[in-house]
Amino acid sequence: MSKYTEDDLKIELENKEYEYGFYTDIESDTFPVGLNEDIVRAISKKKEEPEWMTDWRIEAFRAWEQMVEPEWANVHYEKPKFQDISYYSAPLKKAKYESLDEVDPELLETFKKLGISIDEQKMLSGVAVDIVMDSVSVATTFKKTLAEKGIIFCSISEAIKEHSELVRKYIGSVVPQKDNFYAALNSAVFSDGSFCYIPKGVRCPMELSTYFRINQAGTGQFERTLVIADEGSYVSYLEGCTAPSRDENQLHAAVVELIALDDAEIKYSTVQNWFPGNKEGKGGVYNFVTKRGLCEKNAKISWTQVETGSAVTWKYPSCILKGDNSVGEFYSIAVTNNYQQADTGTKMIHLGKNTKSTIISKGISAGKSQNSYRGLVQISSRADNARNFSQCDSLLMGNNCGAHTFPYIESKNPSAKIEHEATTSKIGEDQVFYCNQRGIPTEKAIALIVNGFSKEVLNKLPMEFAVEAQKLLEISLEGSVG
Amino acid sequence: MELKEKLISSFMAFEERVDVDSDLHDVRTEAFKNFENKGFPTKKEEAWKYTSLNTILKNDFSVFPKKENAVEFSEVKKYFIHEIDTYKVVFVDGVFSSFLSSTTHDGLDVCLMSSALTKPKYKMVIDEYFNKVANKEESLTSLNTAFAYEGAYINIPRSKVVEKPIEIINFSTGTEAALLVQPRNLIIVGENAHVQIIERHQSLNDNPVLTNSVTEIFVQKRAIVDYYKIQNDNLEASLIDNTYIAQKEQSNASVHTFSFGGNLTRNNLNFYHQGEHIDSTLKGITIIEGKQHVDHYTLVQHATPNCESHQNYKGIFDDKSTGVFNGKIYVEKEAQKTDAFQQNNNILLSDKASINAKPQLEIFADDVKCSHGCTIGQLDEKAMFYMQSRGIPQKEAKALLMYAFSNEVIESIKIPAMKARITKIIAMKLGVNMGFDL
Repeated sequence: MSKYTEDDLKIELENKEYEYGFYTDIESDTFPVGLNEDIVRAISKKKEEPEWMTDWRIEAFRAWEQMVEPEWANVHYEKPKFQDISYYSAPLKKAKYESLDEVDPELLETFKKLGISIDEQKMLSGVAVDIVMDSVSVATTFKKTLAEKGIIFCSISEAIKEHSELVRKYIGSVVPQKDNFYAALNSAVFSDGSFCYIPKGVRCPMELSTYFRINQAGTGQFERTLVIADEGSYVSYLEGCTAPSRDENQLHAAVVELIALDDAEIKYSTVQNWFPGNKEGKGGVYNFVTKRGLCEKNAKISWTQVETGSAVTWKYPSCILKGDNSVGEFYSIAVTNNYQQADTGTKMIHLGKNTKSTIISKGISAGKSQNSYRGLVQISSRADNARNFSQCDSLLMGNNCGAHTFPYIESKNPSAKIEHEATTSKIGEDQVFYCNQRGIPTEKAIALIVNGFSKEVLNKLPMEFAVEAQKLLEISLEGSVG
Repeated sequence: MELKEKLISSFMAFEERVDVDSDLHDVRTEAFKNFENKGFPTKKEEAWKYTSLNTILKNDFSVFPKKENAVEFSEVKKYFIHEIDTYKVVFVDGVFSSFLSSTTHDGLDVCLMSSALTKPKYKMVIDEYFNKVANKEESLTSLNTAFAYEGAYINIPRSKVVEKPIEIINFSTGTEAALLVQPRNLIIVGENAHVQIIERHQSLNDNPVLTNSVTEIFVQKRAIVDYYKIQNDNLEASLIDNTYIAQKEQSNASVHTFSFGGNLTRNNLNFYHQGEHIDSTLKGITIIEGKQHVDHYTLVQHATPNCESHQNYKGIFDDKSTGVFNGKIYVEKEAQKTDAFQQNNNILLSDKASINAKPQLEIFADDVKCSHGCTIGQLDEKAMFYMQSRGIPQKEAKALLMYAFSNEVIESIKIPAMKARITKIIAMKLGVNMGFDL
């Protein structure tokens, strides 16, 4: 295959310009604002996608046009203007800064607290890094190990081109194009994302993480992730990063699809720390994500999430327990401070016999934030002996914030056992006093208590993530005491 | 929608019968406008997600019964708690039956809404209380308000302890092919007063009946109200019960709902707190089979500090019956030190029965104790085996377990005769003789 260069692309686009009748600014390589079928086609073209993919996008776009933005969530925000967004922007080639000295000192301070190495700091804040070669070589050796096992781990655009049959078979099988407003939008315009395939009986030897492809991650306003674990395989997948990313994109509408075939297990961990807006609640990211996993026989999907960023979070990682004896788990910590709003939870759809699900959700609200848990546990009439346990605990700090729970429980099977419990509490004065007495300052004491409150979920995170997540909790709640 | 059209013309006919110049009529017109705009609730609304009125609304309901009907006391005696002496306010097809009732004006008012709404001496009370706590946005409540004319009016003066319970019973005789009745009750319980009220809707034959009832209860300072709703109707009767309770400081109100029968039963039970140290109790037992449907929709609005609410709903569902529990606890910013508890336990006995539960907490205050628990399960096989191995037949063993399951609610009934009655109904429903009385 001859190499297709940027220049070829430029030339092609220049020629295509007339055909589609819109203007492309070659310099910045960003599409004009607005969304129509031509834009969708152009994105697909730009990514050199096969025809079926283009058609698939168009189908999604047409469905999206018919849809109305949902309003049922317990969040209030100014609706994004979909025609004012540019739907494609090539990864920036030029570094944003020349050296770390130019980076926002507040950001650096946070990095320091999280204990992130200088090189990583540079990468994350978009500083030109010379030693990036190191990182690349790490990634390369890493890729080699994976390839030996037959594991495919690449960007979704690459997968569409090179593993077309796999993608075609599974994309949209768990989250159909017409699933919801944002999923439809994502299906139409997704720019990039990750693709992962674990072959039969393979246990992935390391935690897969988008972190290794951080240079590409900058593209993702509409990310698409597809993870397929073939029969009897295991994978642990990490998404996001613990460092605050100063992404100014207003809207993030990602779609994540997990497919766990017979006896497979997928563990999907997310730490999200996008820009939550400033202390007055100005700015910040809207995080509207559709995440869903499908479990075949004896399969297991486990979602773990730590949500501390974004101005508005609206996501429900779900499990469809289709196969008999399949297991779904959901562990979540959602922290909101200042004017943040989170409406998050899960859906456990029990279809197969002897299916089990566990939901542990911890919500912490401080400042003037609103934190909601919204979940659905549905037992179909065929799901004999289905079992669910849900626990939603909320911690409130101060009386300007709110905690809400909206659990939906629908059971159509007499042999199902479902338990749900929810509590709301605050940090006890006596607890803080106890710590103070022993020389622990209030701020530290609060961190200690919050950590204890979230332990059940933090324990589910992979080791290196857990340590950073713990620190992240501390930082997110900074200044919320007193 | 046909019924809606019919209601519009009925409202015009109704306007000819009542005094259209009164303030009250403005309230009615306002409410009717709201109903006209909103129409009957559909499954698209979050509050009605699991309950559809469609099939019921297809009936050609008469809004006003054409003729009055007499009912013999001997026929309906079993529907009263006849073992004890009570005040009675009885309606037959929506019309007051003086023959079956025993009302009073001696020291307290137990009488009729129609006279309270029209007689000048009650005007002040009506102005102050009528339609004041009912939700003006809710379309079915508005529909009731628009046609508000008859019902029970109970006014207990301060410091009065009413020595016998008050029964409010609505019979429908089925002379109409299908009947829509809309009783409107107003209950005011003065400071330090104490009253026990039993409400029942009963259809006497198999013609479809839809009851859309609204009850407003005002509980003044330190007053105590125990309210019992018995819903054990036949399979053609549907009930939409809207109850609104406003509580002042240190008052204590409890509502027990026993849903044992009816085509479709929807209970909207709303508590609003207007003072500190209030105690609210909401309890219910639902035991249904066949294709029956019972929907409990509760709201406790904690607006003031130091208040408590306790909810405990038990449900047993057999055959193709469906149950819904939607319990909302709302704690406002000011309502510190709130203690709100909600529990909902359900047992499904058959493959076709289903239950949809949505316990909901909305909390804006930080120093509160709020919890809810919800379980869906089945009878404990070990316990069944234990009893059967000791010679208790399966049916009885099953009944005993279910009885034990609901006992937490039964034991808090404060009227002994009522407790015995409920026990009896449950035994009948379970098809066994318990062999013990309580």
